[in-house]
Amino acid sequence: MLTVAGDIVGITLLSLLVCATSTLIATLIAVPVGVALGLREVGSQRLLRNILFTLYGLPPVLAGLLVFLLLSRSGPLGGLSLLYTPLGMVIAQVVVVTPIILGITMSVVATVERRVKETAFVLGADRWQLSVTVVRRGLAGIVTAVMVGFGRAISEVGAVFIVGGHIEGQTQVLTTTIITDISQADYGHAVSLGVILLVIAAIVYSFLYRLQERTMP
Amino acid sequence: MTMFLELEGLRKDFDGRRVLQGVDLRVEPGEVFALVGPSGVGKTTLLRCVDFLLRPDGGRVRFDGREAPRAPSERLALRRRIGMVPQNPLLFRGSLFYNVSFGLCVRGVEGSELEDRTLAALTAVGLRDLAQAKASGLSAGEAQRVAFARAMVVNPELLLLDECTANLDPANVALLEAAIVGYHRQTGATVLVVTHNLFQAKRVAHRAGFLFGGHIVETADVEAFFTNPTDARTRAFVRGEMPY
Repeated sequence: MLTVAGDIVGITLLSLLVCATSTLIATLIAVPVGVALGLREVGSQRLLRNILFTLYGLPPVLAGLLVFLLLSRSGPLGGLSLLYTPLGMVIAQVVVVTPIILGITMSVVATVERRVKETAFVLGADRWQLSVTVVRRGLAGIVTAVMVGFGRAISEVGAVFIVGGHIEGQTQVLTTTIITDISQADYGHAVSLGVILLVIAAIVYSFLYRLQERTMP
Repeated sequence: MTMFLELEGLRKDFDGRRVLQGVDLRVEPGEVFALVGPSGVGKTTLLRCVDFLLRPDGGRVRFDGREAPRAPSERLALRRRIGMVPQNPLLFRGSLFYNVSFGLCVRGVEGSELEDRTLAALTAVGLRDLAQAKASGLSAGEAQRVAFARAMVVNPELLLLDECTANLDPANVALLEAAIVGYHRQTGATVLVVTHNLFQAKRVAHRAGFLFGGHIVETADVEAFFTNPTDARTRAFVRGEMPY
């Protein structure tokens, strides 16, 4: 019994670590790039936007396969020995989550009223100050982007399964364990993990929702 | 601290329609110049070209005899010598203090100087007591007064006012006009007022010009402009008739 409980704690902590780290890294990459792209004129960035919006729908298994090929022994990053490690799983999730946060951030910034940008410009803001003003105005939307990104990370199965390998005691996370539990007809364990997943999501989203409320225009 | 403004052959098109067809205008240093004309003749477009919000399709805009520099840092320095109040100002989320201090903050002013200048600007428009109030709860008149305070707090050498009292009640109009005149007296700045309120042009300006058909039809001292205009179209406009 204690072993099972210990397993669940370990799996839950690893899930949280992988999701939080990948969401944080994706946010650090996606928000500045999304703001920069959102501030540009539409025409000049149309191709890039189309590519990004396509990546919105990137199937996680495909992302997992790409990262697997990169990290496998014969791949370009094979020497780093990251395959079947939590760090490899983080990389896979960053690949899945970054386009989502980036795309939403870009849309939020691009749709912040033109008058906000003009007002800051007229009041003497330089390029950086203008960006800060626009981000401040669109902060609630950017928090939403992070919420959606975290939601994708916590519910993701395919990429972490392929890159992590679901190795007992090393790379098991909640979602992949639920899948294997079901395949082994261990429905009680699967339901327990499902409840934990829901509770985590509820706690994280209630925090992000409060943050979003505070940043509403 | 004043600047003179010259427009030479200024052109601007929108969707193939030429709004400004070669505007020539000189606004002398330290004067209050009222640009009048019916709605839709391009008065706002002209101001937006002067304040770098629109790129002219032709002609020249000169500040103190020189065209705007191309280098971003020099252009920013020039932009920071110009202030503008639009017809429908947008106030940022936050307090009145935050809104009015914005221009000072981006110029690196901080501490007691920031506070003193911000509160002085709010006092000038009669909103000192609402310094910490949220900007979102203001009436249209109060919002317009905040926008004026926000523009003048940085002591612009050239102040552009775009129908900034349109749609306001007489009390707010009087308050803003007093603030405009007060700012001009205190700083000697050049002020370009765009308005279709002829009474306002008479009250605040030294000279006036009539923009019509994409050109400046006539400019004159404000007294002569309203009592003895030389062009038939200006005469019709100042009489309240359509100048067609």
